Amino acid sequence: MFRFLVRRVIGAMVILLIISAITFWLFYAVPRDPAMMSCGKNCTPENLAQIRKNLGIDHSIPVQYWEWLKGVFVGRDYTGFGRCDAPCFGYSFANNVPVFDTIMDRLPTTLSLAFGAAAIFLVFGVGAGMLAALKQGQFLDKFASSASLLGSSLQIYFVGYLAMFIFVAKLGWLDQPQDNKTLLEDPSSWFSGLLLPWLVLAIIFTANYTRMTRSQMVEQLSEDYVRTARAKGLSRSNVFFRFAWRGAMGPIVTLFGIDLGTLIGGAIITESTFSLHGVGRLAVASVDQSDLPMLLGVTLLAAGAIVFFNIIVDAVYALIDPRIRLA
Amino acid sequence: MTSTDQQPFLSVKDLQVHFSTEDGIVKAVDGLTFDLAKGQTLGIVGESGSGKSVTNLTILGLHDRRRTTIDGEILLDGKELLSATEKELELLRGNKMSMIFQDALASLSPFHTIGAQIGETYRKHTGASKKEARARAIEMLRRVGIPQPDVRVDDYPHQFSGGMRQRAMIAMALVCDPELLIADEPTTALDVTVQAQILDLLKDLQQEFGTAIIFITHDLGVIADIADDVLVMYGGRCVERGTKEEVLRTPQHPYTLGLLSSMPSLDGPVDVPLSPIPGAPPSLLTPPSGCRFHPRCTFTDKVAGGLCATERPLLEVVDGRGSACHLPMEQRQDLFADLAGSRH
Repeated sequence: MFRFLVRRVIGAMVILLIISAITFWLFYAVPRDPAMMSCGKNCTPENLAQIRKNLGIDHSIPVQYWEWLKGVFVGRDYTGFGRCDAPCFGYSFANNVPVFDTIMDRLPTTLSLAFGAAAIFLVFGVGAGMLAALKQGQFLDKFASSASLLGSSLQIYFVGYLAMFIFVAKLGWLDQPQDNKTLLEDPSSWFSGLLLPWLVLAIIFTANYTRMTRSQMVEQLSEDYVRTARAKGLSRSNVFFRFAWRGAMGPIVTLFGIDLGTLIGGAIITESTFSLHGVGRLAVASVDQSDLPMLLGVTLLAAGAIVFFNIIVDAVYALIDPRIRLA
Repeated sequence: MTSTDQQPFLSVKDLQVHFSTEDGIVKAVDGLTFDLAKGQTLGIVGESGSGKSVTNLTILGLHDRRRTTIDGEILLDGKELLSATEKELELLRGNKMSMIFQDALASLSPFHTIGAQIGETYRKHTGASKKEARARAIEMLRRVGIPQPDVRVDDYPHQFSGGMRQRAMIAMALVCDPELLIADEPTTALDVTVQAQILDLLKDLQQEFGTAIIFITHDLGVIADIADDVLVMYGGRCVERGTKEEVLRTPQHPYTLGLLSSMPSLDGPVDVPLSPIPGAPPSLLTPPSGCRFHPRCTFTDKVAGGLCATERPLLEVVDGRGSACHLPMEQRQDLFADLAGSRH
């Protein structure tokens, strides 16, 4: 297990390195000059050169990339901004704030949104799927299947605004979504502010998990080893949970890992719909403003989350299924 | 059959198993009757889809209850199984009656160790502790001939070879000393030497415990090795039954004769071609009228009035020996003897 983790973490570093290099190179493939953008109307060549120097973009792309990479590990000195300690992902071109600080500032909202919604859709999606598989062909099964089809065809910006209109504006049952307080600062404000975004985000995902769980369970229940367990005299519920569910878990864990990784990279539509200040909207803004350091930071966070959860999924998979060896 | 008691240990009477499918009703088992005494082995022979596996899943109550209609009677030691509740059946399964399946790799749970799978059957039915169950699992593995059972008990099925998996499966089925053991083609997936070992193992265990065994196979060689009595099934019905010697040496039904003729004989001339039964097994959705074997039978023209296509031949059993065919017995024996003569 330890060797597996070491190897996978090294592999993850390599992947992140490659992703950062590609992002860096791609950014300059677009004909936009960040120095020109911040230079303003009365731009003289001297000003432009000074801005270039301040932003650290007065060298060739490989040198710039090397400088950036060095900054991540040992920190970096800027002529314009002064010392930036490791891990230094540079200063935003758009507002001259350290990228790392900005992302750290946005991360609580994104993590709260991702884990909160994930807890809801995992419990309800898998629960409904198991129930549907247990009551195969009966009313509950048909109801869950129809509901999940409806759920998966909904869009967040539609359900989100509708839910805000009904539950916040009309009925007043829920609070206006906000992310002013973190969990540690004020738990009750944190909870009531994020409840609606969680529920709306969860509705969309729950449907996938219901369908996935149901189909996996139905498949596993028809396997020979499940029949053998019944032939041994084990009870229906024992067979359902200890045998069939064990077999059905793998693909669900995989899906969950991918979804969680993606959500930590930013739930762009959800954040926009509910005016939350998460990583997703930061990413969109950095693309809009040709803000390379911010873009790199957000991209690496998103990629890192996916790579991280991939490692977790593989480890969990090996725990579930003894036929899989970690190497 | 060979049972001397008034009440045979296992008694199946006029069993009907029908599945409702989208295409219609499948008559998987259509009026099956047989008895089995303790310490005896009944071989059930038939092609795929002849109803042999369905019959045995029904005995254990493992059929899909929502899609199946069942008629008839199954008595195990005097207890009616078809009307038993799920809870009652759970207490019997793996305990008084147990089953060995064909594909041990697919039939054993990939997620639990061999020891855990054997032990949990034991714990369920005896209330033993985990430690006792583990000791019992090791003992069972030793009994079925697994080397180093105290080490291998913690292995998973995928770490066992095919023959060892089947042995582990047998150990699991026998852990509570069942009185009825149903073996559904337990040796079909194994090579011949392992097959012989498994059959010997079953015979030894039967001698030791007096278990009644139902052995399902399509391999007449295996039947000749292990069975006391034989029941031949075709299209969900029993077409012939008798002792092993009777059925294999002097078959009474054209289908049994066909099965025997399609097997190579060791003492006959080597250049005689095998004669397979013409045609394909019947669809149980739209089974042939009359005798279900008549479309493939070479003797239908010998029966007056086209009876084979219109009327179901009755299975007349005297002293456990009988067959279901319209052709008069003397005529059949003459015809079969001629055929056998022409083969050698």
